[in-house]
Amino acid sequence: MITAGIDIGSVAAKAVLFDHDTGRVLARRSQPSGYDHAETVRDLLAATATKAGIESGTITALGATGYGRMAAKNTPAFTGKSAARVVSEIRCHAKGAHFLCPEVNAVIDIGGQDSKAIRLDAQGEVADFVMNDKCAAGTGRFLLMAATILEMDLPSFSQAAASGEAIAINSMCAVFAESEIVSLIARRVRREHIAAGIIESIAQRAASLARRLDTRGLFAFSGGLATSQTMANRLAAALGGKLTVPEQPQFCGALGAALLAAEGQ
Amino acid sequence: MQLQSLDRVNNYFETNALRIADAKEKGNKVVGIYCIYAPAEIILAADAICVSLCGTKQDSIPAAESVLPRTLCPLIKSSYGFLVNDSCPYLAASDLVIGETTCDGKKKMFEIMAADKNLFVMHLPYDQASEMALTSWQEQFHLLVARLEQDLSARITREKLLAAIAVVRRERQALKRVFDSAKHKPAPVTGMQLLELAFKTSFLPDKEEGISLLNAVADELETRIKTGQSPFTDQTPRIILTGVPTGMGSHKVVALLEECGASVVCIDNCVGYKKTRIAIDAAPDASQDEIIAALAKRYLAIPCSVMTPNPNRFATLKELALDFAADAVVDLSWQGCHTYNVEARAVKEFVNTELGLPCLRLESDYSTGDSEQLRTRIEAFLEMLPGKK
Repeated sequence: MITAGIDIGSVAAKAVLFDHDTGRVLARRSQPSGYDHAETVRDLLAATATKAGIESGTITALGATGYGRMAAKNTPAFTGKSAARVVSEIRCHAKGAHFLCPEVNAVIDIGGQDSKAIRLDAQGEVADFVMNDKCAAGTGRFLLMAATILEMDLPSFSQAAASGEAIAINSMCAVFAESEIVSLIARRVRREHIAAGIIESIAQRAASLARRLDTRGLFAFSGGLATSQTMANRLAAALGGKLTVPEQPQFCGALGAALLAAEGQ
Repeated sequence: MQLQSLDRVNNYFETNALRIADAKEKGNKVVGIYCIYAPAEIILAADAICVSLCGTKQDSIPAAESVLPRTLCPLIKSSYGFLVNDSCPYLAASDLVIGETTCDGKKKMFEIMAADKNLFVMHLPYDQASEMALTSWQEQFHLLVARLEQDLSARITREKLLAAIAVVRRERQALKRVFDSAKHKPAPVTGMQLLELAFKTSFLPDKEEGISLLNAVADELETRIKTGQSPFTDQTPRIILTGVPTGMGSHKVVALLEECGASVVCIDNCVGYKKTRIAIDAAPDASQDEIIAALAKRYLAIPCSVMTPNPNRFATLKELALDFAADAVVDLSWQGCHTYNVEARAVKEFVNTELGLPCLRLESDYSTGDSEQLRTRIEAFLEMLPGKK
């Protein structure tokens, strides 16, 4: 049986095709979430099926998660089949991370507009979770905003930050942090120091979120920001080293959705 | 699921502002209250109409922010904004407004409000255990009696106080009957219906009308239980909402919980179940001072997060979780409400360890900007409940 999982986030949409007979991921693909989520779902599923070399008709079930999850519920690609199973991204990230790293007790996901820390039970189900306040500080959006001002993309931002010395970014609010960065630039602070400061500030916020969960176990780091080695290193340091990054962490939620789609089939 | 008796409340409420205006024209006095620490019995004993004042809508907040800091809690901003916009008919009709020094934001807002409204601020102690706190709270009650008598040219007597206590008791009992119907599994009524009802009936000028409307709702709900009608099933997760006050306009968490498939069976806040608790212990032959003392004692026992320590909040939660057979607790704070926000940590720990239930802590404001973020949290929380996976 092949299932698809789709995670339409605030920035990027991710899809995973999973073969339950072999227990392997067949293909992963992502694209910007865009304006028309229904169209994104159609395009992404078709492209992922092509990448896997399968007909989209052989997909048995679809799991949908992320902010655009409702758009995927009745996607035309699945006409004649049961509607997509809609599951919260918290449960999907938990499921995906548990599959990839069964040794972890908890997950930190830093998404485009939310960051969350999730405690898992022995079965990899959600036992408890905490999320950031109604504010973009400490989320992927916060980093993107900083990268844009510094005229860098995520990989170059991450690379620059690795060689920088973290300068303190004090603003808790993304809007005020922007003015803070602008004034740092005006003071000619080197951009690798600013980049390092931004990453450190996100790491500290994520770590304090994780501490609210009251767990001493090993964390998996999922979501797009986990692809930054510098981000993972700083977060690991902030958590006292108890962090592992699963393979292709940005697809963790979509993988979880694909795994959950199989339940009840 | 339609409730005829609730439709009657809604229809009655639509013309409610006119009713207040009529009463004013006939020479009746109106006293507006913001908080359940204000003793309705004393207001009624002054032959005045006692109504709630508006403070649950986002609309009035921008106007308030021209005077108050943006970071203040939405309840205080909304309340003040209704004055700036002159958009609350109850506030406009009030001959006297009663405020309390519940929190720092409110007491400083009342200083500003006092420039435009005839205001009596009751100084609330933050301690429920000491003799000193009770004595000082009693003194506030005596000052209120004097102020009502002076401003409304009224005469408050022992007999009027006893009569008012009886009316308010029947009102609380009627509201409690409605709320208690949701102890049945599955609840015959949605949390949104309970909220709307509790909110709207708090603005009715005629207590007897309110009591009969509430009893009619309770009758209809009890019939529903007998005939096995419910908008929910035995499997619907049963949620207690605790924390800050919620009303129409600040109802989004109740609505989202039910949209996501839960049944809000008990609203443990001061628009909801908290109003109906704690009886007044005044003997029929009590003197006026003894009656005032009994009232002060009753009101001081209300478990608001401004109290320190606040043991009754936890004892109440324990009782409600059992009575309402709750599957989980959702604790809501408004941004800028420091006391509920700080207490949230202890509430979560208590609910998890003492009650053995999951607890979701939410912080929001009156705007709808974070609805989808809240929906994600709520869906994930409901998925997490045992038996819902």
